[in-house]
Amino acid sequence: MSNPQQLRYSKEHEWLSAAEDGVSTVGITEFAANALGDVVYAQLPEVGDTVTAGETCGELESTKSVSDLYSPVSGEVVEANQDVVDDPSLVNSAPFEGGWLFKVRVSEEPKDLLSADEYSEFSGN
Amino acid sequence: MSTSPRRTALDALHRSLGATMTDFAGWDMPLRYASERDEHNAVRTRAGLFDLSHMGEITVTGPQAVDLLDHALVGNISTVGPGRARYTMICREDGGIVDDLIVYRLGDTEYMVVANAGNAQTVLDALRERAAGFDAEVRDDRDAYALIAVQGPESPGILASLTDADLEGLKYYAGLPGTVAGVPALIARTGYTGEDGFELFTEPQHAEKLWTALTEAGRDAGLIPCGLSCRDTLRLEAGMPLYGHELTTALTPFDAGLGRVVKFEKTGDFVGREALAAAAERAAQAPPRKLVGLIAEGRRVPRAGMKVVAGGEVVGEVTSGAPSPTLGRPIAMAYVDAAHAAPGTEGVGVDIRGTHEPYEVVALPFYKRAK
Repeated sequence: MSNPQQLRYSKEHEWLSAAEDGVSTVGITEFAANALGDVVYAQLPEVGDTVTAGETCGELESTKSVSDLYSPVSGEVVEANQDVVDDPSLVNSAPFEGGWLFKVRVSEEPKDLLSADEYSEFSGN
Repeated sequence: MSTSPRRTALDALHRSLGATMTDFAGWDMPLRYASERDEHNAVRTRAGLFDLSHMGEITVTGPQAVDLLDHALVGNISTVGPGRARYTMICREDGGIVDDLIVYRLGDTEYMVVANAGNAQTVLDALRERAAGFDAEVRDDRDAYALIAVQGPESPGILASLTDADLEGLKYYAGLPGTVAGVPALIARTGYTGEDGFELFTEPQHAEKLWTALTEAGRDAGLIPCGLSCRDTLRLEAGMPLYGHELTTALTPFDAGLGRVVKFEKTGDFVGREALAAAAERAAQAPPRKLVGLIAEGRRVPRAGMKVVAGGEVVGEVTSGAPSPTLGRPIAMAYVDAAHAAPGTEGVGVDIRGTHEPYEVVALPFYKRAK
């Protein structure tokens, strides 16, 4: 499995795209999606919600367990991926693409986000 | 108990297949190989291959083997013919369920008791203790067998290509010794998936050869390896109880809705008879909580231990829950007060992390295969 170079990563296994006009996209990594198993329910933050870096902002439910979704950055949610709400398996089939979770207008970014290589080492993948 | 999990004879094979492994009752077992939903659907529509070597085999032999089993278990083992199998339970003196079991009659005076992995030692200890005074031997055969199950509508055809055994003559809940892919095996038509299928007990040294042969024979039929995760959703859809969830020492078979496994009519005393007779009477007078099925109207998944609610009151508890691949909705088994247990009862929900999600009460099972 490969972690796209252009993204940055949190130790909670989210990825964050580079900001365009101040807006970044957030998802979970392929490593995290594989660890969860088949995702069957996604509760995503809603447009207008304020999310805080490192705090929970939703949940992902798989066959066996439910996991909190953390936000890798602080900011205001500007879009949630309705496709994932309708078909949560996108998180498994395309974690870095169609399975993105939400877009956030970034107000503050933690300093400890990882590069792709650092995340690969951290996650052992 | 040792801290490092035990590994089955197929461990290296599972790892080479990329299985996600999990600790299960002290064993390192395959949870899933790729998608548990695909594995589930393969068993429902084609075939799936399982390593169940963690199950606990105990052989009971001797002139009074059957008397010992009739004394130790709640079932009437005397009525099990050679080559047949019986679902039964072992209970404590107070009627609490120690484990649910399958007993295979291998010969005139030879029986194999298959216990759940997590209870195997307890069952073994109980059988040995209860054997006092009987001319019978209780043998720990947990290391003598690997267990491979092939389950699903294509499984008879797949197995038939590897054995001369008379599979057509082999009824559900029956077993016969035979040869599969050149390997000696006890071929049993049992399983835990709600589908037709077979469980093959073989020596661990032959397990890899048998697994590989089944994989190859099943390739064109769509057989894939399957892990414990889909085994759990398959048995849940089929309404089959799982020890530790629907069955515990805190429940008698009557509290679990399985009073029919207790055979008071058998001759001689059996462990738990008095307490179970009282439990049967209690159940007849005042129905205990009933095991029902719940189908979610929404998409949030009920989990074991979550409260069943109605009108703001707690009326039951979920024992198992999962998204059902076949129904496309989350389902659960739950013990529910009799007043709310009738199929179609209005206003029943499950408290999922503080939110009361609506659920439909249905009779079990959720899924029954077409015969």
